[in-house]
Amino acid sequence: MIEFQDLHKGFDGKGVLRGLSLRIRDGETMVIIGYSGTGKSVALKHIVGLLHPDAGDVIVDGQAVSTLDRDGLTALREGIGYVFQFAALFDSLTVAENLALGLRRRRVSAEEIEDRVREALALVDLSGTEERMPAELSGGMRKRVGIARAIALRPRYILYDEPTTGLDPVTSAVIDRLMVRTREHLGVTGVVVTHDMRSAYTVGDRIAMLYEGRIRQVGTVAEIQETEDAVVRQFIEGRPE
Amino acid sequence: MLRPYCFWSSFSPVIEAIGRRSIAAIEAVGRVGHFMGDMVRALVDIRVWAPLAIVQMRRIGVDSIPVTLFIAAFTGVVLALQASYTFTGAVPLYFVGTLVGKTMMLELGPVICGLALAGRVGASMAAELGTMKVTEQVDALETLAYDPQSYLVLPRVIAGTVMFPMIIAFAMATGIVTGWLTSLALLDLSTPDFLKGLKLFYQFKDVWFGLFKSATFGFTITAVGCIVGLATQGGAEGVGKSTTRAVVYSAVLILLLDAFWAVVLL
Repeated sequence: MIEFQDLHKGFDGKGVLRGLSLRIRDGETMVIIGYSGTGKSVALKHIVGLLHPDAGDVIVDGQAVSTLDRDGLTALREGIGYVFQFAALFDSLTVAENLALGLRRRRVSAEEIEDRVREALALVDLSGTEERMPAELSGGMRKRVGIARAIALRPRYILYDEPTTGLDPVTSAVIDRLMVRTREHLGVTGVVVTHDMRSAYTVGDRIAMLYEGRIRQVGTVAEIQETEDAVVRQFIEGRPE
Repeated sequence: MLRPYCFWSSFSPVIEAIGRRSIAAIEAVGRVGHFMGDMVRALVDIRVWAPLAIVQMRRIGVDSIPVTLFIAAFTGVVLALQASYTFTGAVPLYFVGTLVGKTMMLELGPVICGLALAGRVGASMAAELGTMKVTEQVDALETLAYDPQSYLVLPRVIAGTVMFPMIIAFAMATGIVTGWLTSLALLDLSTPDFLKGLKLFYQFKDVWFGLFKSATFGFTITAVGCIVGLATQGGAEGVGKSTTRAVVYSAVLILLLDAFWAVVLL
């Protein structure tokens, strides 16, 4: 289970997260929605200890992330897959090497690495791209490789940072289907940060709206769709005012 | 006469600026100290950095040899010609060998090649790591449970520290050989005379001093490239700024280190 406990974080004196509290249950996919610049990605980075909170904490499997030492953080990260907004593939490595890198760190045998790379690429419909370089892939393919890199680790949690941003509607739908398939096949807990409402309705079990540094509302997809909160309604309907 | 209030208020922006800069400088020293501490701690992760250090040794060392030898060759030629020009009529010409040898080993081999490599190695390192930083590849590395210090920094710093003395040993030899060839071809100096001059004040310390200095330059250039690269912020503009910064800081530090080692070791 992942739990944000009264999380505060600011940059250059400006508060971004101002008391974020949210509990993500095991096995569910929680979608965090909100306007650009409201700190959705900042919240996600706290889960893996890429950012240190000013106050409050994130609890993952009973451990307060900000109190972990280097070894503790390494152990925590071994159980989490992270899909970056622009995939963050390593330019100098092939697709297969990108997927294998995290597995090597976990001391998985060479034969098993090969199997897992093949399996993960098949799951994202990219079999046969093992030897291609990231620069040779389209934006959608890069995102799918990013997801495959996370899946190959067989993590307990997968964090998706804006997985469909900048993609055409068809490729976005492919990524959405992939996230659903990942949860169904692997049973992982997912946290998806997005402002793409179609994607949120497709992949989310529950949706939480982050507004002014706090959770404005959290509920099932149906509850959010029927909300009477004016701020949430304006956002999900995409109305300018 | 100015009233005290006016006097202080006219100086306060200056004092504030000095204060801000002082704090920034102290913070920078703290960051570098922290970075070095992390680097030392990452040494235990030898399974990660050792194979990557071999790759970096080829990139930093072998790939830098052509440019370094080119610079050293022409430095040797110019040294021989300038020595002869300076000595004419006053000092025996075989001292050309002395000057070429001593200068290449003690000073110009390490410093000129170090400055050239600050451009080649330091800039490329800052640009590469800076790009990785702004495209979240460094964050990705951390989420894959790698320590950027052991995966990115240590291989480069160790490769630089080990390979710089080797490259510069070649540069010293090349400069002396081209100085000798120039003496033969243009200065009417025989090989025995050149060798006589070369051996005249030679001490083994000349070689190890030059090579030790080169190792410290290698460490400095690669560490600065990594520190500046990993501190990059923003997009392409940030990468550009980091690249320039890495070259400038490295060049300044090489000259400071050069003076420091001359005071301490000679």
